[in-house]
Amino acid sequence: MCETCGCGGSGVVPVDVHDRILADNDRVARHNRERFAEQGVLAVNLMGSPGSGKTALLEATARALAGRMRIRAITGDLATHRDAERLDAAGVPSVPITTGTTCHLDAELVHRALHHVPLRGLHCLFIENVGNLVCPAVYDLGQAACVVALSVTEGEDKPLKYPGMFQKADLVLLTKIDLLPHLEVRVERILDSLSRVMPRPVMFPVSAQTGEGIFRWTQWLAERRPQSAVLDASRPRPTPPPPGGAP
Amino acid sequence: VHEYSIARALIDRVEAEALSRGAQAVRRIEVRIGELAGVEGQFLISAYNLFREGALCRDAELQVTRVEARWVCPECGRAIPRGEVLRCAECHLPARLDGGDEILLERIEMEVP
Repeated sequence: MCETCGCGGSGVVPVDVHDRILADNDRVARHNRERFAEQGVLAVNLMGSPGSGKTALLEATARALAGRMRIRAITGDLATHRDAERLDAAGVPSVPITTGTTCHLDAELVHRALHHVPLRGLHCLFIENVGNLVCPAVYDLGQAACVVALSVTEGEDKPLKYPGMFQKADLVLLTKIDLLPHLEVRVERILDSLSRVMPRPVMFPVSAQTGEGIFRWTQWLAERRPQSAVLDASRPRPTPPPPGGAP
Repeated sequence: VHEYSIARALIDRVEAEALSRGAQAVRRIEVRIGELAGVEGQFLISAYNLFREGALCRDAELQVTRVEARWVCPECGRAIPRGEVLRCAECHLPARLDGGDEILLERIEMEVP
C-alpha cells in the first residue's frame, strides 16, 4: 500500500538480510564436513598457483606414506584428467572434476564427486583445487584444513599479493626447495611476507623431488587425523613438529 | 572470474527473498565485500548486469560497499597497522580478523503491493 496517499499502489520496503551470498555453498560445505567427520576422514583443501607443485606434492606424499595411511584425492582441473591419472599411477585413487572455464571448486562439485569416493576406512582425502590463488579461497568445501602450496620460484612477496588466500591457510608448503641453490630467493623473506597476511604463519619447506621435508608434512597430517580414524591407536603418536617457521 | 557465480548466487537469493514477500519488483540491492574476500566489486556489478535481465531485480541498482581488512589483538583490541606483522606488539598474540573477508547481502529494497 502506498503510504503517501493511500491510493492502493505498491510501496517500497527495505528488507535487511545480512547473510552470506554464498549461504547455499556453505550449507553444502557443512554437509560435506559432517560426512567427513562421521567417517573420520581428514579432508584437506590443497590450493596453490598453477605449477606450484600440488600434484607432485601428493605423489611424494603417497611415496612417503607407503601405505601407512589410506589416502584418496579429488582433483579439480580445467580441461584434462591428467592430475587424476598421475595420482592414480602414484597409488592415490582419484576422482577428477573437470571444471571447464570455472576457476575453482565449490562445495556442490565436491559433494557430487564424493558419490564416487568410498570414505569408509579412509584416513585422508586431498581435494586438489584448481590452480589459482584467488577464487578457490572464496568457497568452503567442507575441509578440515586449507593447505597452500607455494613454490620457491613464485617470488618472496607472493603472499602479500594474495592476502585472501594465505589468510585462510592453516599451513603453507614451500615447494621445490631443491631449486633454492639456483635462485636468489631467501626463505626467511617469504616467511616474513607470510607473517603479514597470516596470523599464525606455519610454513614447511618441502621438495617432492628429493623428499626433503615430506616426513614433517605427513606427521602434520597424522596429527590432524580425526580420532575415529586412528585404527592403529596402539602405536605411539609422532612427536609434534616445532612451532611454525622455517627449519 | 568467480564473480559470475557470486552474481548468480546473489540474484537467486534476492529472487527467493522477493518471492517469499510477494514483491512485484526489486528496486535496490546492497552488498558488502571485504577486501580479503577475493571478489572485485566492479566485476561483480558487470556480472550482475549480465544476469539481471528477466529477473525480478532487472531494474534494481546493485550497490557494492567495500570493507577494508581490520586485524586486531584478541586481548587488548589494538588494531594492527596495515602491512605489519599480524601479531600484537604488546601482548604477542596472533591477530584476529575483525571484518574484511565478508561477502554479504545486506539489504534489498522491494516493491510490495
